[in-house]
Amino acid sequence: MKPTKVTNSIRALRFAHGEMKQADLAKAVGVTRQTLIAIEQGKYSPSLEVAFKIARVFHVSLEEVFQYPEEEDA
Amino acid sequence: MAFEEKQAWALAVIAVVGYAVYLLIVLNGADGRPLTEAPYVGAMLWTIGGGIVAGIVAGIWFGIAARNDGLQSDERDREISRFGDHVGQSFVVIGGVSAMVLAMVEAPYFWIANVLYLSFVLSAVLGSLTRIAAYRRGLQ
Repeated sequence: MKPTKVTNSIRALRFAHGEMKQADLAKAVGVTRQTLIAIEQGKYSPSLEVAFKIARVFHVSLEEVFQYPEEEDA
Repeated sequence: MAFEEKQAWALAVIAVVGYAVYLLIVLNGADGRPLTEAPYVGAMLWTIGGGIVAGIVAGIWFGIAARNDGLQSDERDREISRFGDHVGQSFVVIGGVSAMVLAMVEAPYFWIANVLYLSFVLSAVLGSLTRIAAYRRGLQ
């Protein structure tokens, strides 16, 4: 399984929001702590619904949480 | 470790141990005779039944152990479970086709039953290992 190209800023956002714990963010978006860790480490790309929920917790846009690099033409 | 990952480990171990016990019983039961004459039905039914019961008990045990952890499964667990089932199912198909071929050539019932049992075991083991790998390495 190739790693996802999607990167995220969840860790930085958590720290910027009063060092929010992974367990608290997981509870707020309705996933397990293990899933939140996998998302944060780029091992799992969440559904759009969960992605929006994460962005909403931090009051930021989706692209401030998740980034996807531009495709380079061969 | 996620609740569902523990379940996957438990199912893999139960399948392997159950099949190993079955093989030991049948091989001992053959006692020098051809394998097809060895009594196998009782051992097969008991190890399959034991495996089902052990799987249920493991699920209850892990559930009790994780009762204070809040949510125990989510969309990632469901995706990984589906992926594991999809991979494991290939062995059920291979087993079914093999059993069909054996029936067509009028092979002894012993081999037909055993190829089906082996396919169930391989399906459970491969499906569980796929789930474990997805938990460990990620699922994209």
